[in-house]
Amino acid sequence: MAADHDHAHGSDHGSELSEMQLRVRALETILTEKGYVDPKALDAIVENVETKIGPHIGARIVARAWADPEFKRRLLADASEAVNALAGYDPVAAHLIAVENTPRLHNIVVCTLCSCYPWSVLGLPPVWYKSFAYRSRAVIDPKGVLADFGVALPPETEIRIWDSTAETRFIVLPMRPAGTEGWSEERLAALVTRDSMIGTGLAQTPQETAR
Amino acid sequence: MSNTIHDMGGMHGFGPVEPELDEPVFHAPWEGRVLAMQRATGAIGLWTIDGGRASLENLPPLAYLASSYYRRWFLGMERRLVAHGLIGEDEIAAGRSLRPGIGLNRTLTPGDAQNWRYPHFDRPAPGPARFTAGDRVRTRNINPTTHTRLPRYARDKTGTVEAVRGCHVFPDSAAIGAGDNPQFLYTVVFSARELWGEEADPAVSVSIEAFEPYLTAA
Repeated sequence: MAADHDHAHGSDHGSELSEMQLRVRALETILTEKGYVDPKALDAIVENVETKIGPHIGARIVARAWADPEFKRRLLADASEAVNALAGYDPVAAHLIAVENTPRLHNIVVCTLCSCYPWSVLGLPPVWYKSFAYRSRAVIDPKGVLADFGVALPPETEIRIWDSTAETRFIVLPMRPAGTEGWSEERLAALVTRDSMIGTGLAQTPQETAR
Repeated sequence: MSNTIHDMGGMHGFGPVEPELDEPVFHAPWEGRVLAMQRATGAIGLWTIDGGRASLENLPPLAYLASSYYRRWFLGMERRLVAHGLIGEDEIAAGRSLRPGIGLNRTLTPGDAQNWRYPHFDRPAPGPARFTAGDRVRTRNINPTTHTRLPRYARDKTGTVEAVRGCHVFPDSAAIGAGDNPQFLYTVVFSARELWGEEADPAVSVSIEAFEPYLTAA
């Protein structure tokens, strides 16, 4: 409907697709001929964002926090320090902040000004996160936005919106679903959706994943 | 610029949020090339991340609204490359290089690209922070014609400092080539009623990350 649907421009609107393919290829040619960029460096960047970073990283962090109270304490105190101390993770931005959902408080992350997002733990943001609809409404109508995602919270739950207006980046620590006592971190991580770490979703229940 | 089309918080009329199932990282290969060129040309060091943001925000509003996300990135990048003298409009029109490139101190190698890390923006503090957690503050009513990170919906509003996030590069300065000008950064939380009026939901609050020059004691 709105002109804001990036995927529509990418796949449905053939005119923008072909126009942009040509213009982007031409610019890359100009920059390469002038010695400003190395196409192999561009390949490496694309490969990194397509194959290495993604919400699987955040899901493992959340699962660790659910399983290990000491890690959870450190994550909430200084998320950059806690995540960087986990073996096997690339260093994240220095300014990562983890915010905890509880039965009383639900957190939602937005960037009203553009698209700031914790790439190092969630990968590139989805199109809806960058959409005009989300950027405009999250701060003024968060319950309406949650309804767009099929999420209804108890009426007494407080809602907190975090607008990412600086270089600080936010990851939501969703509530651990009931019925997961004694689960391994690997099983827990499978319940952690990307949207649950943005705040527009909840972690999946064991029943939902069994479907 | 400050009051440009990008500052969307609180606007109406953009319709529902429509999540896409099983969304790919990129919807066409050119989107990935735009992201990669953005990072590679940024590494040359001629502009800051805030300068890059400003060139997107300054796109003509109709072009901004009618373009997909990576098309906005592309249009902003073209403008920035021309403004910094790296390429010419004639070369964009020709679709090829018409003259040798200018000498650069830095370019991004494939090795750099593989080891890329999001940069740090914290800086040593030039002095003590003016505010502390729990302080009541009022945001300034500013309308600069240059880049700022204080959204319109949160100007001239009273809130509470929730956390001091250290001293950071000040985007309003960095975007216009005026250096890092480090400033303390705070999480400031407002009630939805303060931002949107008495009809707003009392269970909702909104925080912004506010640099000290945006704030006065309340």
